[in-house]
Amino acid sequence: MSGLAIENLSMRFDLPGGTSVQALQDVSLHLKEGELLSVLGPSGCGKTTLLNILAGFLAPTEGQVVMNGHRVTGPDAERGMVFQQGALFEWMNVRDNVSFGPRMKGMGRAEMAGIVDHLLEVVGLRDFKDKAVYELSGGMQQRVALARCLANDPDVILMDEPLGALDALTREKMQSLVLKLWKETGKTIILITHSVEEALLLGERLLVMAPRPGRIHKEYRLPFADMGVGADLREVKKHPDYAPTREEILNMIWNMEEEIMGRVEAGA
Amino acid sequence: MIPLLIYAAIFVASFLIVSRVVRRAARRDFTALKTVTFGDESAVVSDRWASVISIVTIFVLWGMFTGSALLPGFLHAPGPFEGVATFDYTAQTPDGERDDATVTVLVHPVDQKVEAPEVDPGDGWARNDSATVGMWRSGLIRVDRNDELGRAEGAEVVAVNGEPIAPGGSVGTEFGRVGMSPKGTLNFEPDKGWQMEPIWLPSPEAVVVRMGEIAGEGFRGSTLWEHLGYSLFRVVVGFFFGALLGIPLGYAMGLSNWFRGWFDPIVEFMRPVPPLALIPLVIIWAGIGETGKIILLFLAALWIMAIAARSGVSGVAISKVHAAYSLGASKWQIMRHVIMPNSLPEIFTGARVAMGVCWGTVVAAELVAAEKGAGMMIMVASKFQNTDIVIMGIILIGVIGFGIDMLMRWAERVMVPWKGKV
Repeated sequence: MSGLAIENLSMRFDLPGGTSVQALQDVSLHLKEGELLSVLGPSGCGKTTLLNILAGFLAPTEGQVVMNGHRVTGPDAERGMVFQQGALFEWMNVRDNVSFGPRMKGMGRAEMAGIVDHLLEVVGLRDFKDKAVYELSGGMQQRVALARCLANDPDVILMDEPLGALDALTREKMQSLVLKLWKETGKTIILITHSVEEALLLGERLLVMAPRPGRIHKEYRLPFADMGVGADLREVKKHPDYAPTREEILNMIWNMEEEIMGRVEAGA
Repeated sequence: MIPLLIYAAIFVASFLIVSRVVRRAARRDFTALKTVTFGDESAVVSDRWASVISIVTIFVLWGMFTGSALLPGFLHAPGPFEGVATFDYTAQTPDGERDDATVTVLVHPVDQKVEAPEVDPGDGWARNDSATVGMWRSGLIRVDRNDELGRAEGAEVVAVNGEPIAPGGSVGTEFGRVGMSPKGTLNFEPDKGWQMEPIWLPSPEAVVVRMGEIAGEGFRGSTLWEHLGYSLFRVVVGFFFGALLGIPLGYAMGLSNWFRGWFDPIVEFMRPVPPLALIPLVIIWAGIGETGKIILLFLAALWIMAIAARSGVSGVAISKVHAAYSLGASKWQIMRHVIMPNSLPEIFTGARVAMGVCWGTVVAAELVAAEKGAGMMIMVASKFQNTDIVIMGIILIGVIGFGIDMLMRWAERVMVPWKGKV
């Protein structure tokens, strides 16, 4: 069975002093191949924990993740990861960053050069092959990170707020790029974000998570990602369903945040 | 005190001149206002003019107060008196009879052998005298020794140049001070001026000449380059072995709990021990030869390099390691391609510190005991009051230390270009 199955995941962190935090409780989800899922939720809802478990950096206390029919027991090249920022290797130029995965596998030079050239073309960095990564702007660095992840040809791409540190304009361009890559490569993508707009635009499926304990609060199926492919994202935002859905989710998250703060009045 | 005042005066005057005259045409911006926000490091930059004038000032002051031939004479501070000085004295017998005589003193550089000048004895019972005194020195002159009526006859000196003088008192003359000892002997102290005696501070050109001499003839059986080369050799070898063991040790401590637990107490205890404190033990164990010196420098570099490598490994961003894992890298590949390069900036910082400490330690160790080396050279020279060699040595040690640091910075720029840019 292809795809990614998350089965009854629970994660508890033991804290010093005998207490513990339930970061995730009984989370189940099934993703088909090529699906684009965005995950949204207030801080502390366990979305980063979920992603780390999917990547194999953390072992869940209960439940399991099944990928393409086998159980996930650690990090693997089949599950690529794109981080917020600062995960590029500064001691390598753009080309060596992108070819890192294939190089570790021992791929031949010529084949590797072909992949690098193709991917840099795709992310629009063809002329920056020999640049040092610290010479690039934040947006360009994230393009390199995307290309580096794709170079390994993973089945699933996990994105941990990859556009969180970018300015609004760059962010919009990058959102279009993510949609384009999703459509062209047909990869399964799981994207974690703090931005409701981004979650709406970059989610065929959108998962809203609730905190304490971290759990799935509500799931949406949205048309906006399909509409956004190759189109102007600002046009997508004019869709009659867009604004109401955004308001609904924003209210949901606001209420959760207020609950955390303990400021919800009785009966309200 | 006077040199200090002149120094302060030059500091203020050159600031005013440069800011009024040179900077007049320069564009005004808000840099001066920015310095008000203390801590804005970019607002304060080193002023090139100030640096150049500062260095020139040091050498000018050095030349002024040592009477350097490199400076025109009018810039010299008043020098000590040199040449023939004369003064008169008046002697008196117990029954009140007085007679005058002249004393001629040849004041000469201390390293010259001179004869007292021939003088005409003159008339009367007090005879004219002659004597020699070295510059910056003083000399007792028994003026009654050749008199017909001397101390034995009860005669005593009562005035110098017509001014009365008594035991313990003194009279100023145009050539210097004439004092009288409690026993009544005259003591001539020629004017010292404001300049430094070469034995305290030789002139710049004397140091240069001495450097030429030592570079040509050597010092204590070794050439200058041998002395400096030995010091450098010890530093390089000691540092090399320190890094060779320290870096892997630091890596192990950064990667393994057991290594960290095992070596942390040792490293953290040894790091604050000044290497100089180890000199006696190293001499007891390994003697004063090369082995001892290299062991000392090895120990000086070891802990610094271990700590630098440890923090380089611990400082790797976990997202980089995670990224490498999810790109399919093995543990060894992550070690080789992520952790090692990531620790390079820290290791270079450590290496710069270690080289500085090693250079300081080797000079100190040579001061204590060595047959060759920069430290030994200045220590031995100081015992013979060869101040010029001492100053030359200090300058060369400084230049080499500065050169080492420049070299390390250059290597850092070439090898770790991303440092400070991430």
